[in-house]
Amino acid sequence: MITLTDVHKAFGSNKVLRGVNLTIPTGESMVVIGGSGTGKSVLLKCILGLIKPDSGVITVDGQDVTKVDRDAFLARFGMLFQGGALFDSLPVWQNVAFRLLRGSLKRPKDEARAIAIEKLRRVGLKPDVADLYPAELSGGMQKRVGLARAIAAEPEIIFFDEPTTGLDPIMSGVINELIREIVVEMGATAMTITHDMSSVRAIADKVAMLHDGVIQWTGPVADMDASGDPYLDQFIHGRAEGPIEAVR
Amino acid sequence: MSLLAPIAAIGRNTMGILAALGRISIFLFQTLGHMVRPPFYIKEFGHSLMTIGYFSLPVVGLTAFFTGGALALQIYAGGARFSAEAVVPQIVAIGMVRELGPVLVGLMIAARVTSSIAAEIATMRVTEQIDALVTLSTHPMKYLTVPRVLAAFITVPLLVGIGDIIGIFGGFLVATGKLEFNAATYLNNTVDFLEAADIASSLIKGAVFGFIAALMGCYYGMNSGRGAQGVGKATKSSVEAAAVLILAANFLLTSVLFSS
Ligand SMILES: Nc1ncnc2c1ncn2[C@@H]1O[C@H](COP(=O)(O)OP(=O)(O)O)[C@@H](O)[C@H]1O
Ligand SMILES: [Mg+2]
Repeated sequence: MITLTDVHKAFGSNKVLRGVNLTIPTGESMVVIGGSGTGKSVLLKCILGLIKPDSGVITVDGQDVTKVDRDAFLARFGMLFQGGALFDSLPVWQNVAFRLLRGSLKRPKDEARAIAIEKLRRVGLKPDVADLYPAELSGGMQKRVGLARAIAAEPEIIFFDEPTTGLDPIMSGVINELIREIVVEMGATAMTITHDMSSVRAIADKVAMLHDGVIQWTGPVADMDASGDPYLDQFIHGRAEGPIEAVR
Repeated sequence: MSLLAPIAAIGRNTMGILAALGRISIFLFQTLGHMVRPPFYIKEFGHSLMTIGYFSLPVVGLTAFFTGGALALQIYAGGARFSAEAVVPQIVAIGMVRELGPVLVGLMIAARVTSSIAAEIATMRVTEQIDALVTLSTHPMKYLTVPRVLAAFITVPLLVGIGDIIGIFGGFLVATGKLEFNAATYLNNTVDFLEAADIASSLIKGAVFGFIAALMGCYYGMNSGRGAQGVGKATKSSVEAAAVLILAANFLLTSVLFSS
């Protein structure tokens, strides 16, 4: 279980998180929605310790994330970055198998490569992509390689930062299904950031909406449409008019 | 108020430089700490040895060659003013080995290696590759900084040694080809004159300059600001800092090594 209690983070005068409270139960799929620039990526990075919150407490299974053994902690996580964040000096398969080629999870090269190719297949990429370099791929393909890398070591907790942005509708469907499968089959805890309402409905157990630095609404996906929350309603239906200003 | 403004600006800049030196010192100690603790990334180290050392050979060789040649011409012309043309081999040797070899190679490394390290690591920072490394349980200091700094520390003294030899050879070619020195005498004079301490100082300087060059590239790359502008600024600052620190270190080392 992941809990965030009163998490604050500002960059200079830009107060991004202003007291976020959120709980993600083990084995559930939480989807975080919210306008662009509201701090969704910052929120994920705070949990991983990539950004240090100014105040507040974040715990994973009851342990404060600032006080755990970092290596063991990070070994439980997989993360897909918004821009893919592939290592452009390494071919695709070595990106996917990065964790399996060094450190505590190290295994023989052939085995790591076979796993990489299997993970690539799961995200809809052919084996001949394995030997290309990230710069030779389209944006959507890079995203899928990033996804394959995130799931390569079968983590217990997976974060997806906008997994379907930049993909065509069919590939989005494939990725949504894949995320759902990972949660159900592997029993993983997932936290997904997205703007894509079809993704929300396909992969969420619970939904949380981040707005103005706080969680504006959170609840089961089934309650989303009847929430009565004007912010959430405006977001779900994509209306230009409402309490959320279009100019931010 | 407005009269004091320029002085205040100088004060601010001085404070800024001192703060940067403090942060660089912390970065230095972190790097040294990670150098002695596993895991070690052998493949990255090998790759750095090639890019920093081997592929710098052409530019180092050309720099040294032309400098040695020009030095021979200058000393011959200058020496002629008091009939001391004969000292060309000795002065070329000592000038190249003690000063020009290490300093020019150091500055060429700052131009070639520092800039490329800074731009590469800054781009990795901006595109979240550094964050990705962390989430893949790989420490960026161990994976990126240590191999580069260590490789520069080892290969730059070798480059300086090679540069010294090529520089002396450049002087030799000019002296024997244009200034009518006898080849055997020139070589004898060079070899007899140089002492082991001269060569040792050259290599020590090379090691220190290499360390500085790679460290500055890594420091400014890791601390890059956001976007393309961040990468540009990191690259510029890294080369400036490396060049200035190399020249300052050269002065310090020269005064320590040749004080007796
Ligand atoms: N490293 C950083 N330094 C300064 N500002 C940042 C940094 N990371 C994010 N921000 C700012 O925080 C805000 C939220 O960013 P982000 O979490 O990326 O938004 P999104 O919800 O679209 O993922 C933005 O205004 C962004 O400019
Ligand atoms: Mg984002």
